[in-house]
Amino acid sequence: EFRRFSLERSKPGKFEEFYGLLQHVHKIPNVDVLVGYTDIHGDLLPINNDDNYHKAVSTANPLLRIFIQRKEDADYSAFGTDTMTRKKNVLSNVLRPDNHKKKPHIVISMPQDFRPVSSIIDVDILPETHRRVRLYKYGTDKPLGFYIRDGSSVRVTPHGLEKVPGIFISRLVPGGLAQSTGLLAVNDEVLEVNGIEVSGKSLDQVTDMMIANSRNLIITVRPANQRNNVVRNSRTSGSSGQSTESSLPSSTPNILGSVLQGEEESDEEDIIIEDSGEPQQIPKATPASESVESLSQIELLHESTQNGFLPSSEMNLNHSTGSISMEYEAPEPGRKSLEEDGTIITL
Amino acid sequence: MRRFLRPGHDPVRERLKRDLFQFNKTVEHGFPHQPSALGYSPFLRLMAIGTRSGAIKLYGAPGVEFMGLHEENNTVMQIHFIPDQCQLVTLLDDNSLHLWSLKQHGGTSELREEHRFTLKGPPGSPPSATQVTAVLPHSSREVLYLGTESGNIFVVELPSFRVLEDRTITPEAVLQWIPEDNCNRRSCELVEALREHPKNPDQILIGYSRGLIVLWDLQNNKATHHFLGSQQLENLYWQRDGSRFISCHYDGSYSQWPVSSDNRQSEPLQSTVPYGPFPCKAISKIYWQTTKNGLPYIIFQGGMPRASYGDRHSISVIHGSQQTAFDFTSRVIDFFIIFSSDPAADFDDPSALVVLAEEELVVIDLKSAGWPAVHPPYLASLHCSAITCSHHVSNIPLKLWERIISAGSKQNIHYSTMPWPIDGGTNIAPDPPQRDLLLTGHEDGTVRFWDASGVCLHLLYKLSTVRVFLTDADPNDNMNTLGEDEWPPLRKVGTFDPYSDDPRLGIQKIYLCKYSGYLAVAGTAGQVLVMELNDEDAEHVVDHAEADLLQDQEGYRWKGHEKLKTRDGPVRFEAGFQPFVLVQCQPPAVVTSLALHSEWRLVAFGTSHGFGLFDHQQKRLVFVKCTLHPSDQLALEGPLSRVKSLKKSLRQSFRRIRRSRVSSRKRRGGGGNASEVQEANAKFDQDVLQEMELAPVQRKIEARSAEDSFTGFVRTLYFADTFLRDSSRHCPSLWAGTNGGTVYAFCLRVPPAERRMDEPVRAEQAKEIQLMHRAPVVGILVLDGRSTPLPEPLEVAHDLSKSPDMQGSHQLLVVSEEQFKVFTLPKVSSKLKLKLTALEGCRVRKVTVANFGSCKTDDYSENDLAVLTNLGDIQIISLPFLKLQIRYPCIRKEDVSGIASCVFTKYGQGFYLISPSEFERFSLSTKWLVEPRCIVDMPEVTSNNHLHKSGTENAARKS
Repeated sequence: EFRRFSLERSKPGKFEEFYGLLQHVHKIPNVDVLVGYTDIHGDLLPINNDDNYHKAVSTANPLLRIFIQRKEDADYSAFGTDTMTRKKNVLSNVLRPDNHKKKPHIVISMPQDFRPVSSIIDVDILPETHRRVRLYKYGTDKPLGFYIRDGSSVRVTPHGLEKVPGIFISRLVPGGLAQSTGLLAVNDEVLEVNGIEVSGKSLDQVTDMMIANSRNLIITVRPANQRNNVVRNSRTSGSSGQSTESSLPSSTPNILGSVLQGEEESDEEDIIIEDSGEPQQIPKATPASESVESLSQIELLHESTQNGFLPSSEMNLNHSTGSISMEYEAPEPGRKSLEEDGTIITL
Repeated sequence: MRRFLRPGHDPVRERLKRDLFQFNKTVEHGFPHQPSALGYSPFLRLMAIGTRSGAIKLYGAPGVEFMGLHEENNTVMQIHFIPDQCQLVTLLDDNSLHLWSLKQHGGTSELREEHRFTLKGPPGSPPSATQVTAVLPHSSREVLYLGTESGNIFVVELPSFRVLEDRTITPEAVLQWIPEDNCNRRSCELVEALREHPKNPDQILIGYSRGLIVLWDLQNNKATHHFLGSQQLENLYWQRDGSRFISCHYDGSYSQWPVSSDNRQSEPLQSTVPYGPFPCKAISKIYWQTTKNGLPYIIFQGGMPRASYGDRHSISVIHGSQQTAFDFTSRVIDFFIIFSSDPAADFDDPSALVVLAEEELVVIDLKSAGWPAVHPPYLASLHCSAITCSHHVSNIPLKLWERIISAGSKQNIHYSTMPWPIDGGTNIAPDPPQRDLLLTGHEDGTVRFWDASGVCLHLLYKLSTVRVFLTDADPNDNMNTLGEDEWPPLRKVGTFDPYSDDPRLGIQKIYLCKYSGYLAVAGTAGQVLVMELNDEDAEHVVDHAEADLLQDQEGYRWKGHEKLKTRDGPVRFEAGFQPFVLVQCQPPAVVTSLALHSEWRLVAFGTSHGFGLFDHQQKRLVFVKCTLHPSDQLALEGPLSRVKSLKKSLRQSFRRIRRSRVSSRKRRGGGGNASEVQEANAKFDQDVLQEMELAPVQRKIEARSAEDSFTGFVRTLYFADTFLRDSSRHCPSLWAGTNGGTVYAFCLRVPPAERRMDEPVRAEQAKEIQLMHRAPVVGILVLDGRSTPLPEPLEVAHDLSKSPDMQGSHQLLVVSEEQFKVFTLPKVSSKLKLKLTALEGCRVRKVTVANFGSCKTDDYSENDLAVLTNLGDIQIISLPFLKLQIRYPCIRKEDVSGIASCVFTKYGQGFYLISPSEFERFSLSTKWLVEPRCIVDMPEVTSNNHLHKSGTENAARKS
């Protein structure tokens, strides 16, 4: 179906309005659709916020060709650079989606759903043969989706090569978080789980450790395929290479993670319902000092615990050692994203 | 970089930890698993039991026990004490001999292995040449005679185990003295029995398997007498004066043979088949005991008519016209008679028959009329019905202790009053510091109360909940109901009865209040009984109440078992704990948690569907709370019913096997049916193994979600008087934790004592905490203002505990399988946590608060958490700071039933099952240690020397 209508180039208005207009002219008021356009290079690009909507309108020359797809049977792979030139028949693809099942497409979520699902971290402190992968399992229904098994690997020891038992990834569930990251693969050897070495631990122990950390799982692996390793001293690690050594005053507290033993704290907080009221996240009783996690040997007594809870939205705390400053960002109400509860950030 | 800043170990704390904690496995309670051999020393008055795993255990007077373990872990086949010595020899199934001795060391005796030895034949000889079948420790204490399969009898010097080759008694040497027409080489194959002449140590009686019996003169190396039995020989026994002996045979007969100097080849005086005339099973062992009145006791094992009673495990005692066949529920391993050991006495005058059956020890008093059983002070069969749960109560007030004992003594009237006849050695352990009770719940609906204060786990009282219910069990369906004229005169003895009539009767949770004597017991079919201790028999009606835990949940159908039917009208209860109210959960799923508050008179119970609170004073249900996730279909339909039904079907199939075994024996006249069961077992094992092998060894990594099964399963319930609503007023509260990581807190209003009957108890939900890691909540605890756990109900009222601190703020400790978390109260803010699983990959299986006292100073003690993990480790974690103090490996991680059975005491000890019948006791405390300390002195040997001397004199005179 084709529709043709006019817009005022100088006043395009908001994306929401435009979206409503599209639904209106197609008489599909309650159908979720994906909106795309072809730019001057012939690329099919999405329209899903004010910015790219304005960009699209401004680049119309003079006609703006817009493609609308139902969200359910959307072909995400159609978007991207060179899409129009690569596949001259993209139009027919879009219009007849049953026609293009020849090749599996890499599933990438829509830009509007962007959030970190995984990252490679600590690139600069790990040997190049290792990879530390962080999987963000929050607020998503997507399963972690992998299996581990026992196996054996060869280690270099002072006495020469030695065969030692190890834990390996045995299977990735199609469509699971692990597979979709592309950072983990079958036969990768698992070396650490959230900073704790797995050597000497049984398969069941490692399973329990991973499940216990499943809300914020950091696995260090030795990839079976060593050809795609991050090369050090290059900028290619880019946005995915988050490092503990970054001395930024934490502008991105969500991702900034150090994988130091036991100090990793980023599971979602427990929820309390008082008197059958609204569920709330349980706050920390007292800031920093209480958050000195249980592993610390400093036993601190808190006489003030009763009212020690500070519901402030932001505080800067100085750790007792003085040299470590910590950023604590209180959870924004209603935001179900990754919440650090005070202990994580050690710089 | 906090890891670098962590201060090192605090030396003061480290020193204190050494004074507080120490791990020891101290003693094994109960009955040894798979016993395989029995020995007794009349001289030491000690009994020895060997097992199929190579353990050897010695028992004497209560508290006197020793344990040894053969390195090989092979089955112990025979045990023989060296006469008049603190030594014994064991024969294992690998044909090795081991010499053990009891030596005193540091004030106590210890059992140690001294030597080991395997008989070696000449090169090229078959292994049967040296396969030991009979062992005779000679009264000279210098040599052992070893009868073998080849018929050779080797002589081995003690303690060096040097073979004295020139003294070997070969079949050839024996045959020289026997007329050829009666015997050939084959007659002397396999030595079945070796017996020393009771008066003349130079003569030994040799019994060969094919029936030839030879009296051998050791001095002259010749056979003085020979006796030709027509039947395959099983065993021999000398009469006390040495004038005759008795032999027992494969066909179920026994014969008496005279030994007179004039007649060198004699016929049996008398040959009897006691349970003839139809074919009988073998009599494998026999005793002939003389008495003053002239009538001997003839005691033998087996001999039952093959066709009708071939499956019975019996030992018969014949004394004049009295005859009883004691009928055991499990295979008889061996038995011995305790008789006058004074060699000067003219008669044996047997006093007790001691029988080691596969599953229990039974001692029969032969002195008292009716031959009653003697109540053993140790070696209790914990598993007479399978143990389903256990509960430990420390420091029982004397009053309650006495009342329980008195209730128990009324149950034991049919036991003999004879003092325990096996009384060797001296117990030098100090008296136990306090009275402790271990309560075990069993599959048959009984609760057993054990005295767990000391080394001997002793049954005090047995409570049965069956009376409350109508069961299918036919009271007439009893092996004991044989009439007077029945033949054979079987009498069932022992308590081992693994066949539960109705698995729904099984006890799952027990809670005893030691101050009030209230007991709550909950079972497999959702039944919760509240009981009160009554010193008199009573007949009364048990009140019923139903707790519908599904409440508004509609449209679900429970597919599990039905609830138990109750008896209408008054029920007669014997003195002891008598139920007065029954709360029936609906659906009748297994009760998974239970708590009793005797001061508030409230009982809380939980199942896989929810939990409820019952006021047992007013006999009124206060509230129920459904914890079920609507999507949890499995739990709704009876999650455990699948597991249970597997178990049930297994049990039924075993019953079928047992039944078919009995009937097939009747039909076919016996046969190797034990092997049938074994086959079935093996087949089952194989199936299971195959199933396991098919499953790939990989583990799925997936976050727990709210939709997982059994999230509503209530794991723990806890009563606390604390600040739930605001920090100014505290109130009674009930806490519940579920499998899905939810904690519910209810605020309770309990009317004051004077209006307790008039006003209802009210409850209102105050809080619900969802742990985001969603691991099962296994423990909830409130710490007072001093960070001390709140005392038990009535503990303060009895002046046994300081009142809790209500000034400072309280804290809530929630223990899940994965984490320990401390929250503030009344505002629930997370304060501290220890993420055990994330750090170590282990999960909490059991957790208790334990009090640890210092072994250095009397005035220091502290409360810590004792934790058992799924890896079998025990960890001690400090309160309230949740710091790991120490870790000990305790149970093998593969031993799932051992880990599941573990129970901690309040003072840092614990118990777990090492087999279905044995508890291992361990201690984490330096201060509370219950372990055997005993000493075995060599008794004065004068009287026995007399025998020995007279023997040697005889020998001297003869030579």
